[in-house]
Amino acid sequence: MSEDTVNSDASPREPLVDERIVYWYFLTAVGYLFISLMGGFLMAFQLIRHNPLQGIELLSPGRWRMLHTNAIAYGFIANGFLGMLHWTVPRLTLHPVLNRKLSWFIYAAWQVVVVGTAIGLIFGEAQPLEWGETPVWIDPLAQLGLLLVAINFMAPITQTKGPLYVSLWYFIAAFVWTFLTYAMGNFVPEYFVSGTSAGAVGGLFIHDLVGLFVTPLGWGMMYYFVPILLKKPIWSHGLSLVGFWGLAFFYPLQGIHHFLYTPIPMFLQYGAIISTIAVELVVTTVVINFIGTIWGSGRAVVTNIPIRWFYTGMVYYFLTCFQCALQVTLTFQALIHFTDWVVGHAHLVMFGVFSMWQLGMMTYLIPRLLKTEWYSRKLCEAHYWLSAAGMLVMAGDLILGGLFQGWSWAALQPWDASVEVSQPFWITRVFAGIAIFAGQLAFAWNIYKTWQLSKASAEAVA
Amino acid sequence: MFESKTGVFFVAGLGFFAFAFLSNAIVPVLMYRHLPEKTVEELVNANYRYQVEDLAQRFPESFTKYLGEPPTDPQAAQDWYNEKAAELLRVGHKSYTGEGCWHCHSQFVRPVSNEELRWGPVARSEEYQNELQRPVLFGTRRVGPDLSREGGRRSSDWHAVHFFQPTALSEGSPMPSYPWFFDGSPERPNLRGLGIIAYVQWLGSWLESYPEYESYEESPLLEVELNPAADSTDDSTDDNAAE
Repeated sequence: MSEDTVNSDASPREPLVDERIVYWYFLTAVGYLFISLMGGFLMAFQLIRHNPLQGIELLSPGRWRMLHTNAIAYGFIANGFLGMLHWTVPRLTLHPVLNRKLSWFIYAAWQVVVVGTAIGLIFGEAQPLEWGETPVWIDPLAQLGLLLVAINFMAPITQTKGPLYVSLWYFIAAFVWTFLTYAMGNFVPEYFVSGTSAGAVGGLFIHDLVGLFVTPLGWGMMYYFVPILLKKPIWSHGLSLVGFWGLAFFYPLQGIHHFLYTPIPMFLQYGAIISTIAVELVVTTVVINFIGTIWGSGRAVVTNIPIRWFYTGMVYYFLTCFQCALQVTLTFQALIHFTDWVVGHAHLVMFGVFSMWQLGMMTYLIPRLLKTEWYSRKLCEAHYWLSAAGMLVMAGDLILGGLFQGWSWAALQPWDASVEVSQPFWITRVFAGIAIFAGQLAFAWNIYKTWQLSKASAEAVA
Repeated sequence: MFESKTGVFFVAGLGFFAFAFLSNAIVPVLMYRHLPEKTVEELVNANYRYQVEDLAQRFPESFTKYLGEPPTDPQAAQDWYNEKAAELLRVGHKSYTGEGCWHCHSQFVRPVSNEELRWGPVARSEEYQNELQRPVLFGTRRVGPDLSREGGRRSSDWHAVHFFQPTALSEGSPMPSYPWFFDGSPERPNLRGLGIIAYVQWLGSWLESYPEYESYEESPLLEVELNPAADSTDDSTDDNAAE
């Protein structure tokens, strides 16, 4: 689609896309990524018993561990997605967002939410639900923010006529789901139900945050950027339909699989297990669709760095989903629940898949936002290889370590034995983390230098 | 429907979410609606009360400083201790959640992986039907052991030193130290320190088997050794190791 014709259709002066807000969302996201990495390091060094900052209340690894996960979900991934939506939704609908000022208000409000959450966590005000730790006074503000996000982006979507792009199916659903999921997780188990029922709701929340907020936005992004980068349409529209509707139906039904063997009624646990295995089959259709899309242009993975990010993330996605279909069974659960196996799985999903897709998307968009080529392709390559390899090592290492922990517990060895057996795995994890960190440093430096170049060229033009 | 805005918005967005919420959240809520939710005051039982009075004797300075003196009238003192016991539970629970203890310690015993042998009775729904399980503290990871039957197994002195510096008692423990629970030394826990110790001592206090001591009998697993040849040669060393 050509932007110029679009601009003449709409108001003649305002560009369709507010590129500045996209850029700012990306910069903010990368900033939070570093904060999240710091939290990860504190806990990682604590576990290998070499935490140099031991005994300082505001640097307690327990509190920073929560900051680690919240900063990646709400700081990095949410901000990255908001930037991505500001770029894609106006292009897909040929209409600008509802209100530009509202966009900036949402940007500011969301940073208040994230920073407020971080401060609350560091001062020990967390609530005991994974990703729902957000202190109580932040919850209403975050809820309002999510509503405004939905309104701001739904406005252009409702103005479109005719069939929708696949990306927009995912985005529309994500706006509804994210709002409902956040409300469910941050209000129901805190105020309305307790005990086992709260466990069922909590499981739904943990799961839906990944499945109904991150996943649909992530796939919506893939369905937008992959065809554009490869300059060809998605292989099969039918499979796109199967993928979307299968995910929409089965994903919300799985929350309880986080709490198998708890007092939650067994028939509900079985239901969650079956729908989990069902969604892995759906995922396979989506992956086949994307493999079908790149078929014949495989070299793009070598030459085109964003495509390489996207497809590496997709391979990791398939791995984690395959892993999930196994680990969700009661047989696996007996051994691996509570172990680092699950931690490895979580890292593979949140960093290996969704963060990598976002980093790929940023690698594609930042030169377009700055109107300058990347300062250094080598740094882009380093960013990719350090992240991808670091992640593979970290996930493999933790998953394997989890097996050792599970066996140690089942064998009724003294508890300390399971800690000792974990040490080599935890030490390896620190090094994998350092590799990932180095990759992000390369990225940040590259952005900085590219920004400098863009300033210089802008001045030259002037 | 499959490709229209209204279809995606209402069927996939609202409809499927509502269906999942009904079947996966409302169903258990309805199933447990007859189990009343206990308040913190109702959670104070004799076992736990004993632990609170024990705290008052072990740390008299701290206890008086942060919670005051019990009245002299025995009946009034009873009520006073109950009140303080509930207050300590609340304070301890706040630390347990705020410090993220629940990210490394679970609070439920599963019927698999020999957990009954290690920790005691398998978790039951009634145990979680109280104000302090809002949201529930099942946990998702065990770097350290499960804590739902931890109360009474170790003395409050042990816990004080352990919170102050875990490695002093448990060599190689990766648990962080919590000096901010104390006024400078493990003999002087502050309100948060008294609270977290009380909270841990409360865990499992509602069970018949409280305190649930670790069994030092030989592991039953040795009897089902997979390799009988190895078993016979290792017999002598096994006996020594079991002590």
